[in-house]
Amino acid sequence: MKTQFLLNMKDISKEYFGNRVLKNVTLQVKPGEIHALVGENGAGKSTLMNILFGMPVIGGTGGFEGEVEINGEPVTIDAPHKAIDFGIGMVHQEFMLIPGFTVTENIKVGRETSRPSLLSQILSKELETLDLEQMAADARKALNEIGLNIEEYVLVAGLPVGYKQFVEIAREIDKTGIKLLVFDEPTAVLTESEAERLLKIMKLIAQKDIAIIFITHRLGEVMRYADSVSVLRDGELIMRTAVKDTSMVKIAELMIGRKAQKYVDSVPGRLESEEIALSLQDFHVDMPGEMVRGIDLDIRQGEIFGIGGLSGQGKLGIANGIMGLYSSQGKVSVFGRELDLGKLGAALANGIAFVSEDRRGVGLLLDQSIEHNLVFSAIHIQEEFLINLKLLKLYHRSKARKHAQKMIKLLDIRCTGPAQKLGSLSGGNQQKVCLARALTLNPKILIVSEPTRGIDIGAKKLVLEYLLNLNSQQGMTIIIISSELVELRSLCHRIAIIADGKVARIMEPDAPDAEFGLAMSGN
Amino acid sequence: MQTRIKKLYAKIGLPHIIIVAFFLFLLTAAAPLGLSVRSLMGDTLRRWAMYGILVLAMVPAIQSGIGPNFGICLGIVGGLLGATVSIELGLANPWIAIIVAMLIGASIASILGILYGSLLNRVKGSEMTVSTYVGFSIIAFMNIMWLSLPFSSGTLIWPLAGMGMRNNISLAGSFGHVFNNWLSYYLLGDKTTGIFIPTGLILVFLAACLAMWLFLRSKTGIAMSAAGENPHFARAAGINVHKMRIIGTAVSTALGAIGIIVYAQSYGFLQLYNAPLMMGFHSVAAILIGGASTKKATISNVIVGAFLFQGILAVALPVVNKVLPESNLPDVIRIIISNGIILFALSKAKGGAANA
Amino acid sequence: MHKLKELVLNNKVVLLFGLLCIAAIYTAQNPLTFVAGELFTRIGRNGFMVLALLIPVLAGMGLNFGIVIGAIAAQIAVFWTVYWGYTGSEGFLLCLLLSTPIAIFFGWLVGRMFNKMKGAEMIAGLVLGYFADGLYQLFFLYIIGGIIPVYNERLIISGGIGVKNTIDLTGNLKYSLDNVPMLHIVKIVLAVLAVVSLIKIILGVVKKNPLGHRSWIVLGAAPIAYALTFVPAIKEYLSSDRLLLLHAVLSGLGAVIVWQSWLIVSNKIRRRKEYSLIRPLVYMAIAVGGCLLTYIKPVEKILLYVKIPVTTYLCIVALCLFNAALLRTRLGQNMRTVGQSQTVANAAGINVDTTRIIAMIISTTLACWGQLIYLQNIGTFSTYGAHTQVGQYAIAALLVGGASVKKASSKQAVIGVILFHTLFIVAPQAGKQLFNNAQLGEYFRVFVAYGVIAVSLAMHAWKDRGKTKEPNRNRV
Repeated sequence: MKTQFLLNMKDISKEYFGNRVLKNVTLQVKPGEIHALVGENGAGKSTLMNILFGMPVIGGTGGFEGEVEINGEPVTIDAPHKAIDFGIGMVHQEFMLIPGFTVTENIKVGRETSRPSLLSQILSKELETLDLEQMAADARKALNEIGLNIEEYVLVAGLPVGYKQFVEIAREIDKTGIKLLVFDEPTAVLTESEAERLLKIMKLIAQKDIAIIFITHRLGEVMRYADSVSVLRDGELIMRTAVKDTSMVKIAELMIGRKAQKYVDSVPGRLESEEIALSLQDFHVDMPGEMVRGIDLDIRQGEIFGIGGLSGQGKLGIANGIMGLYSSQGKVSVFGRELDLGKLGAALANGIAFVSEDRRGVGLLLDQSIEHNLVFSAIHIQEEFLINLKLLKLYHRSKARKHAQKMIKLLDIRCTGPAQKLGSLSGGNQQKVCLARALTLNPKILIVSEPTRGIDIGAKKLVLEYLLNLNSQQGMTIIIISSELVELRSLCHRIAIIADGKVARIMEPDAPDAEFGLAMSGN
Repeated sequence: MQTRIKKLYAKIGLPHIIIVAFFLFLLTAAAPLGLSVRSLMGDTLRRWAMYGILVLAMVPAIQSGIGPNFGICLGIVGGLLGATVSIELGLANPWIAIIVAMLIGASIASILGILYGSLLNRVKGSEMTVSTYVGFSIIAFMNIMWLSLPFSSGTLIWPLAGMGMRNNISLAGSFGHVFNNWLSYYLLGDKTTGIFIPTGLILVFLAACLAMWLFLRSKTGIAMSAAGENPHFARAAGINVHKMRIIGTAVSTALGAIGIIVYAQSYGFLQLYNAPLMMGFHSVAAILIGGASTKKATISNVIVGAFLFQGILAVALPVVNKVLPESNLPDVIRIIISNGIILFALSKAKGGAANA
Repeated sequence: MHKLKELVLNNKVVLLFGLLCIAAIYTAQNPLTFVAGELFTRIGRNGFMVLALLIPVLAGMGLNFGIVIGAIAAQIAVFWTVYWGYTGSEGFLLCLLLSTPIAIFFGWLVGRMFNKMKGAEMIAGLVLGYFADGLYQLFFLYIIGGIIPVYNERLIISGGIGVKNTIDLTGNLKYSLDNVPMLHIVKIVLAVLAVVSLIKIILGVVKKNPLGHRSWIVLGAAPIAYALTFVPAIKEYLSSDRLLLLHAVLSGLGAVIVWQSWLIVSNKIRRRKEYSLIRPLVYMAIAVGGCLLTYIKPVEKILLYVKIPVTTYLCIVALCLFNAALLRTRLGQNMRTVGQSQTVANAAGINVDTTRIIAMIISTTLACWGQLIYLQNIGTFSTYGAHTQVGQYAIAALLVGGASVKKASSKQAVIGVILFHTLFIVAPQAGKQLFNNAQLGEYFRVFVAYGVIAVSLAMHAWKDRGKTKEPNRNRV
């Protein structure tokens, strides 16, 4: 039995600003093995890969603990080019290709074959003449190796999406001495048949004794193509086993399962009302990276409804589509009234308020005061906080200030006063301002996207409890969209899991872990 | 203490410190050279108010997110058209003449501004480059027009049956100095020794500032500033960002038209052809000197910037003339200062685009 | 038919300006020989400058409005050369030696500055041009004579401080490059070839990489060619510095035929299957047709009228070749990569910032040489005006040739220079004929220069936005 691992990352730990994101994780891959790496968002997959590639973000935040061995030799990888020198390559999820270049040029980018010329010998190697014929031949060879029948001289811009991924692979294959190839969610943007093809090529590459790390959330692909699998959860290695010794259900369960960790003390009571607050029918949203491909949902009045799923599956697109921030199709009704999806602000006018997941990008005017941020939406949607002079509607400063002071108190926003600029507040307090602005609108339905992203644990609890209060005391309908399943399970009446832009399942919060895991993987 | 000074230094920036120091240096140099400080002050004051509105025109542009409006030439051209039409009509009353000029100028400029704004909406991220060349093109285009428009008033066209309009058109017969002379008086002395205060001009400038201040605090103004600062945020609040940018551009352009008329009445002449070519650069430079960035500008930036920029020119000219008679050193200084400050602001705007 | 439509669409700018030129020439009713003569002078004068713009476009830095700074470097050198009293080719060489290091230094500065303003290179270049102009005026008006003592009545304003408005280059630098006889060029080229081959052979021996037997052939052929220049007829012909356009055209067409034949023969010898005979035959047919065209009377008249300065034109051809050769090196490929995507370039281990700085250094240096060529041809050096419009006009010419912010080739540069300057030559006269006002034509050509830049920049930004398609555009 061969015990020699090509890559052996031993007891890797990593801290970001006091936050432990990897705890003694070990990752081992043999030559010619397809090793799947699975885990929820934030489980530590990308940090692990950043360490493997010596990305500057690791060194810049205090390095890591543990050891990396290649072929049994301890090595130091502190810069991406060192990883390349050790024969480690990566096939990116977003293409790192130049559309205006030919396939050959893309395959050989930065590693062009060249012949010395007089000037290059005197001045610099950079002045060597390109050996176009040799480059084309190399590219052809790499393409042949993965069995791709495209001409090496066509422009990448003209290739179908599915082929672009293959050009990336060809580029990695062409690197001399490639030993380990990382595929980062390679099938995420491919159609089914393209994905099939790609995975076959992956097998082909593995047969040449190249080790492969296969990062994916599609457990079906893991079962069919991978030899072994490592499951990460919350920065810990939960299991490493051969695929034939485990099952999809088992992997799904391990991916999700964790201690019953509660963020809030009280739990939502049973729901009485049957009136539909928000209804989506065949809802499509064209949000890049978060496409929604046909969703039907009915959310009842007074409900706390959770929407979960892995990132990139479309859960964020739903809210952004309803608010009119990305173009959408289908039918959205609020208390029976249909929204005009073509009109920006229609949802706001119909009593839906939204707290965006992109707090700093969409949620706030960082350069303005708390007061200004709080009343902004109300000014524009409801013409509140204005002095109406007929011709001119002027800002009503004293009224706005009063309201701001009230909100600061109510939500316990830690600040020097209503005039403090938003940019100087902590993430948690910024989030409270976002929430306060939404509440200033007195909405009938509140959509909160990633309510606890990037805020500390104390603020997290406060925000979630406040949401719960709003629901139980005022009967407000609340939709929470979150990547943190625990959060949803401790708060919501019902949870919809979105996969591939569609509703995979709607579940009660106390459904078994494995079922959540399978739903998230699109099974 | 030291860190506070450092912080202050970082906040103000080296170019601004140099400019202020230079201005103070010129002022202190003026008296020993035997120049009348009072007349210098009067000159500074006049130039400050007369250029002020052209600088003020930058505020709505920057606030709405299109960045410093190098294409203010569009508004200037509108203002010049308004003024020439007003002169052609031969209105005897200077007040009526200037109001007609402003109304026509501002309407032409607003229409141009709306078209120009929709163009800028399509070239997001390259507004500054595009607007510079749109400005240059319109000046070149108007050169052709000035030669061929069918004006007939004797003050406007070349006397000797030649074609086209004069380079410099005297406003003595229409609205020349109408604001300047209104309520004007001499401070600390009589006609020869005192500081001339063009009260009307200053009042007009301050009134324009006040109007802009109110506009920025109105519902539309708040929405416009939000659209400029963070378009995604504005959209999330249901604001039509493109419309706001067009409003900002149109207001900016219309102010450009009014600004050039106020400028011309103070100068006493209407300057056609290539005269306004670089005015956009000067306005941009002035507001940047006042502390604005390519993304944020306030009324105080306008007031301070116009004062410093015009003050330096007003003082530098006589001072330099004392030392080096008949030189154009002030012009050279202006070129260096105005373009230097723009370069500095560009290097501060990360990514360069006015609205990343 | 479909192909034709595509051809028209792809070249719409060139076609539009072509038609405009023809219409303008027709209305202006200038004698064609005059137009052609002027045109060829202007190509020689301005062509080099326009070609200096190509490298930054390639490296993704857009149209380099900063070439003004290269021109300034040239003008500093010209002033001192004239002041020290060097003349002729000697003076020109001194200008080159003086200005090149200055231009390299300036280019380095500009490149570093542009790296701080990625994405805003064009507006920064434009403002930088004005800024540099201010410093230049400060230097020429006050520092020269004011701080650096310079005494020369011909150059300095009567007060002793500052350089005069115009410096007459007649008798010192005028035509110092144009007037270099062909014989010198031939000799220089042969000498360079010989030296290069020798170095190659030596390097081949030292580094033990056989650089081929070709070097030996060249080394042997050079003296023979040199000997040929002593044949009286050849010597006499070559001792001239101007070449009749007819001769230039004929030898050019001859070269095409020889080159294509060589290609056919060499490919036949190597028995390459994919080589098709159609292309070379078409080229040869065109060449023969071109020869026949020279017998048409009006064409012949022009060809016999116009004489081109050989050396200057050779410089332009050399620059075209240089651009092409650079593209085929690793450096050139890196520049293209950086120009297309800085992210990919970074990931591929290319030093983006350095590559961009090199591009700026090359462009600034070439612009500097271009300004030298311009000044020696025009013969009067307008101290405070010669450089101000350099960027504007060169860029407008390049754009008229069909180039864009992202894409430009030597071919487009040459076509652009031809069209743009034809318009420049005939516009005043056309204005006079149409509106009885030459000034109008003058203004029109300025408008064209600005307008074409404005439209091109706007179209580029517009297209760019289309690519990074912002969602929801239709509803706002």
